[in-house]
Formats: sequence, structure tokens, C-alpha cells
Amino acid sequence: MAETDWNPWRRFLALPNESRTKTVIVAFLVSVVCALLVSGATVLLRPIQTANRAAEEQARIADLVSSIPGMAALLEQSGGTLSTVIIDLQRGRAAQDVTSGTLDTALADPANWTALDAEADVAGLGQRPDYVQIFLLRDGEDVSLALLPVTGQGYGGRIDAILALQGDMKTIAGITITGHSETPGLGGRIEERAWQASFPGTEIRDDTGEVRFRVARGRATNAHEVDGITGATRTGNGVTRMMRFWLGPDGYGPLLDAIERGEF
Amino acid sequence: MAERTDFWATLTDPLIRQNPVTLQILGICSALAVTTTLATALTMSISLTIVLTLAAGIISMIRRHIPDTIRLIVQIVIVASLVIVIDQVLQAFFADISRALSVYVGLITTNCLVLGRTEAFARHHAPLPAMIDAFGNGLGYSLVLIVIGATRELFGKGQLLGAQVLPLATEGGWFTPLSLMLLAPSAFFLLGGLVWAVRSIKAEQIEPPEHTPPVRPEPAE
Repeated sequence: MAETDWNPWRRFLALPNESRTKTVIVAFLVSVVCALLVSGATVLLRPIQTANRAAEEQARIADLVSSIPGMAALLEQSGGTLSTVIIDLQRGRAAQDVTSGTLDTALADPANWTALDAEADVAGLGQRPDYVQIFLLRDGEDVSLALLPVTGQGYGGRIDAILALQGDMKTIAGITITGHSETPGLGGRIEERAWQASFPGTEIRDDTGEVRFRVARGRATNAHEVDGITGATRTGNGVTRMMRFWLGPDGYGPLLDAIERGEF
Repeated sequence: MAERTDFWATLTDPLIRQNPVTLQILGICSALAVTTTLATALTMSISLTIVLTLAAGIISMIRRHIPDTIRLIVQIVIVASLVIVIDQVLQAFFADISRALSVYVGLITTNCLVLGRTEAFARHHAPLPAMIDAFGNGLGYSLVLIVIGATRELFGKGQLLGAQVLPLATEGGWFTPLSLMLLAPSAFFLLGGLVWAVRSIKAEQIEPPEHTPPVRPEPAE
């Protein structure tokens, strides 16, 4: 090259590949392009993904309710809708100043989350929201079904589920897994109906009020256990701990007691 | 590099003769993980083929300007970005399948097949042949995944693509599912069997033994 090129881009391309300048610039350019690509895709597609998730959760709730024997009829009787209630978990009763509309705003404020110490945090959550949206179905004055969202650490990540409890607040009416990242074919089978079918009728607490629910290793042996999944012991343990936490004193425990006493 | 590349051979070679999975034993981690059902195997095949082809094209385009010292990082960054984009697209438009594949889409990044092809072929060839080679390798990988996925789903659940093919004994039929087929080891057995079958037909793929056993003298009488 006799005369130097006026175009800096072409001068840059003509640099030997081993030169330090070119190495740094190539690394920088590749990262910038890739960063734009990734952020662009994430930002553009997020609304669709959020809508997908919301629709899926609604579908699962509807599916859960309709799969519980007798619930479809009861639902029709009560006007075809579940009542949505925001619960203040600390007090174990309906929240005074938070509604469904303002729940997201309230939860964006870190003051509305309670940090859990290691001993109480069996489900591996780290912190717990103070307000949770639950769904109730009433038969006259009494609560006949409660749908409680629960979440906990599984083997591959968080497991999100919705648990349906019958009016006695002791017997499981059904469960549906709304989100998980367990190993497909092993722990991932928690999302299959066949496994979830062993939940209805299981009692979460014994007569003293202690939470006894457990995912068994192998077949369930008593009224407080559900069948385990072969090859997914850690997922099963995660589900056990999730249920123990959410049905215990730091979760819905106070609320369940209140409903049982008929205060709700 | 100036000679005309034979596109047809580049495309079809990796299907059986140079199959990346059965001959080079590349990318088997995902071949084991996502083949419990045919549907996930298919989606994984399609995603991997797209990522591989695009990555090969992009890397081949800038192949003359990738400094040797950072070439692996540059390639991995490009592959990883493509994988994230694909993952996001799957989550947005194919939410069900994305849930079934869960973490394995992300693992395309570490699939040795992708880096293997970009490093071995795309870095030395023009974009078009590089993409054809990548596409062919993607198809070769897909072929193996589909065979294993179909076998595992058929014998593990008696289904194909979720439709019951073999009537289950529990529902009045005759077929008892082999639950082993749904566990990871069965994929090893099937893959091993497949490699054996391919190498019995195509004897030239048999590798010379790396070690020869020491010669033992005949036991004295």
C-alpha cells in the first residue's frame, strides 16, 4: 500500500489480525453488536412473553378448578367467578389498603417484603412478599375452596404452583404447577396430570395442626404423603419444603387458622 | 481454498458418512437430555440447526478479521447471542415447547457441535459453503436426535408426538412402557447401538484402536 487510505474503516481492516489495536476493536465491536441483538430481542418480545405467562396461569387456574369434583357446579352457583382477595400474610387476614390493581405497585416497594432468616426459610426463597393474591370460592358464608399460590426452590430453579384447599383448610383439593425449570422427563414430570392426581384428598396437617405434608420416596404410605417421582428426589424434596413453608406459620398458616375458625 | 466447493457433497456428507454425532461423537450431551419425546427432539433440532447455520454465516463473514488470540471468545459470544435470541423467540411464540425444553435451549451455546463446526469449517471458508456445511451438520444432528427421540418416546410411553401408538396395558392394551427409556442412560444405550449399526454398515468409520493389549504368552501346560 503506497499511500495511506483516508478511510479509517479500511485502514482498520487492513491492520494485521495480530495487532493489539485490531484485537481490542474487534472484541469491542463484536460485543456491541451482540449486546444490541440480545437486548433488542428481549425488549421487543417481553410484552408477548408476559401476556403468554398471564394467559397460561389463567388457563391453569380454570383447569384446576374444573378438575376438582363438584367445583364446576359450585362455581356456577356462586355466579361463575372466584372472588379475588389480597391477603396480608403478617396478619393473616384481608389487606386493608392494597387491592388487585395496586398489588404490583405495592410489591415493587422492598418495604412490603419480609426477609426470611435461614431457619424459617425452608423453601429457599430469601424473602417473602407481605401481600399475596388468593382466590376463594364461597358456599353461602363459608369458604368452600381456597386457591393459594405457592413458590419454592426446586432442583433446577423456582417452582411456582397453585394449591387448592378444601373448605376444612386441611385437605388438598388439587394442585397445578404454573412454572418450573426442572429436568425434562424427571423432575419436569411434576407438571403432568398423572402426578398431580395423587394430591387430592391428601391431608396437609394432622389434628394438632402441624404441617405433615410430604412427597414420599416411591409410593405414598399415609394420608399426609403423595407419590414421589423416580429419579427426581430433589424436586420432590423441593415440593415438600415449598408446601411446608407456605402452609406453615410464615406462609398461609395464620390465614388458614382464621378461615378454619370461621373468621373469614 | 480457491477450488469450487461441491455444495451437494458439503450438504449430504454430514448426514451419515460424516455424521457429527455418530462419527465425531459431538454434541451428545443434548442428544441425551432432550430426546425423551419426539416433539422436544424436533424443536431442539430446529433450534440448533438455525443457530449453527447463522453462526457459521456470521463467523465466516468476519473470518479474515478475527484475531487469532481471541477467536474462541469471539465465536462463543456470537453463538451465545444467537442462542439467547432464539430462546426469547421460542418463549414468545412457542411457549409450550419452550417450557418443555427449559434449560437445554441455553445449552446450545456449549454444544460442542456448534463451536466445532465454526472452528473447523466456517473459519476457513466463504459464507455460502460455510452455511451449507453448518446446515448439513444441523440436519445430521437432527437425524440422530429424531431417531433416538422417536425410539424413546415409542418404547417409553407408547406414543409418537403425544399420540398413543401402542395401546398401554394399564388401559386394556398389551404394551407395558419401559420406563428405562425415559431415563438418561437409555439414550446412551441407543446412541451406542446407533454408532455400532452405522459402523457395521460403513466399515471405514471404524477407528483404529488407540491401545493394543499386551501380548500374553499362552499359559504353560
